[in-house]
Amino acid sequence: MKDGYKLIYKRPKTLLSTRMHYCPGCFHSTIHKFLMEVIEELEIQDKTIGVCPVGCSVFAYDYLDIDMQEAAHGRAAAVATGIKRILPDRIVFSYQGDGDLAAIGTAETLHACNRGENFTFIFINNGIYGMTGGQMAPTTLEGQKTTTCPYGRETADSGMPMKMAEIISQFEKVAYVERVSCDTPANARKAKRAIKKAIEFQMQGLGTTFIEVASNCPSGWKCTPEESLKWLEEQVFPYFPLGVFKEPAKRRQ
Amino acid sequence: MGEITFMKGNEALAEAAIRSGLQGYFGYPITPQSEVIEYLAQQKPKHNYVLIQAESELAAVNMLYGAAGAGGRVMTTTSSPGFSLMQEGISYIACTELPCVLVNVVRGGPGLGTIQPSQGDYFQATRGGGHGDYYTPVLGPNSVQEMVDHVYLAFELADKYLTPVVILSDGAIGQMMEKVILPEPIQYKPNKPWATTGKTVDRERKILTSLFIQSEVMEKRNLKLQEKYKKIKENEVRFEEYQIDDAEIIVVAYGLCSRISKKVVEFGREAGIKMGLFRPITLWPFPLKQLEEIASKDRVKFFISIEMNAGQMVEDVKLAVLGKKPVYFYGRLGGIVPTPEETFNAIKEKLN
Repeated sequence: MKDGYKLIYKRPKTLLSTRMHYCPGCFHSTIHKFLMEVIEELEIQDKTIGVCPVGCSVFAYDYLDIDMQEAAHGRAAAVATGIKRILPDRIVFSYQGDGDLAAIGTAETLHACNRGENFTFIFINNGIYGMTGGQMAPTTLEGQKTTTCPYGRETADSGMPMKMAEIISQFEKVAYVERVSCDTPANARKAKRAIKKAIEFQMQGLGTTFIEVASNCPSGWKCTPEESLKWLEEQVFPYFPLGVFKEPAKRRQ
Repeated sequence: MGEITFMKGNEALAEAAIRSGLQGYFGYPITPQSEVIEYLAQQKPKHNYVLIQAESELAAVNMLYGAAGAGGRVMTTTSSPGFSLMQEGISYIACTELPCVLVNVVRGGPGLGTIQPSQGDYFQATRGGGHGDYYTPVLGPNSVQEMVDHVYLAFELADKYLTPVVILSDGAIGQMMEKVILPEPIQYKPNKPWATTGKTVDRERKILTSLFIQSEVMEKRNLKLQEKYKKIKENEVRFEEYQIDDAEIIVVAYGLCSRISKKVVEFGREAGIKMGLFRPITLWPFPLKQLEEIASKDRVKFFISIEMNAGQMVEDVKLAVLGKKPVYFYGRLGGIVPTPEETFNAIKEKLN
């Protein structure tokens, strides 16, 4: 309380005040903020190294006040592996989209998870290639229109959307997998909790942690931010259900 | 004084990497260089380096990038098809200016090719190899001893110029056994203020990237790289001469072919033909000036480049000689190593 005002909301110190390039209504900025809040709360700014991908979050290092490396398209998991193995006491995360993590970088993603690399994946699944202008992603829903499937995704041609959280949770050495969203305040709070848990598990050395964000893309989906939330609820969540897919076994007392 | 021993080229290179203070190795098995990762795996309990058998050369080179950016002294090794896969990463590493060592134990190509020795990757290695305007220093060892010495040199150049450095060996040098002197291990104390190790309160954040979306900034980074390459060209050219002083015929060869060509020069001298050998040790930067000086001598009749490919380095020899003297080529392809006899005969034909 100061001069009759009470501070109830502030930007974390770990998030720079640079103006973001993200489109209005996109969850990227929300997830950036949660991630940086977690880093501030856990007091690990001096220990954290992030890996940016190719995709909408290619400029993430302009906003996050931490050391970062830019990875080639799809290679974030390999880059994060290299960093974490050389500096095992640091906190490492990769921040990737669906094209990056589930198309061009599938091999790097799966093998890092299979080795149980002790870093955190933040996986933004918005079902589309946002940065390149709205092409089909491995996670584009059946029938969903994009610039490269203008008549809707034909699963006979392109297969089914890939459920990465479900796939990743099959790996023995993966510690924690949760799919979250930010479409409502309640879901947004859950998303932050999940990110915090993932980083904490990493600090405990439990293995790979994987947070999938069922995200939106008003620009790519060609709708308003509000309509994008409706699409999430009606189309995305039934196919990509939110929830915990794997978590560390509770320690016995 | 180091330790005298008898070793296979690939294993000697691996041992040299350990002695150079190796902190991370990332690789994928491929013939004819798999002994490197096997040796490092075997020796690992005695040392403190990271070793990952990656899922592909793509993953390996990107682990190398991450580990180099985190400040590690790191290396990968591969052979031709794997080196092609690594080009993406090398381009990123060159632009981001990270020090690391990549070894290509070349086999015959194109395609899956053969597992026999070749020099078919000369163009790829000496012209950057990946996309964009960049070069990497390229060393061409011709003995097991140099497989050792060049590892020390490569790490040194990588740190000095903040660049990936390539050792361009071949299947024969990698597989053969020779006497070798292993130097004393280095106590490696890195000074890498640019490394991403975590932003402490006393400093700005470190960003390692090759993305400069504004053309003006990207051009600036390019010019910075070009300035660096200019310095490397001025200071790091290495070569060896054998019987050049009175030579009328200049045989130019690197790597394994330089060993064969030395014998060819001896054949020539026995037959009363004044032959000499010029051997580039750095394939990039190429010893252009040195060859041009030799080309200016009146006594010199012609140059001939001996290679295990369809004629690649011969283009650099021509660039150096600048039309002052004829430049010929003799080579074998597909993993075949030319014999000194057939090479000598090929040179004699040019005399007529």
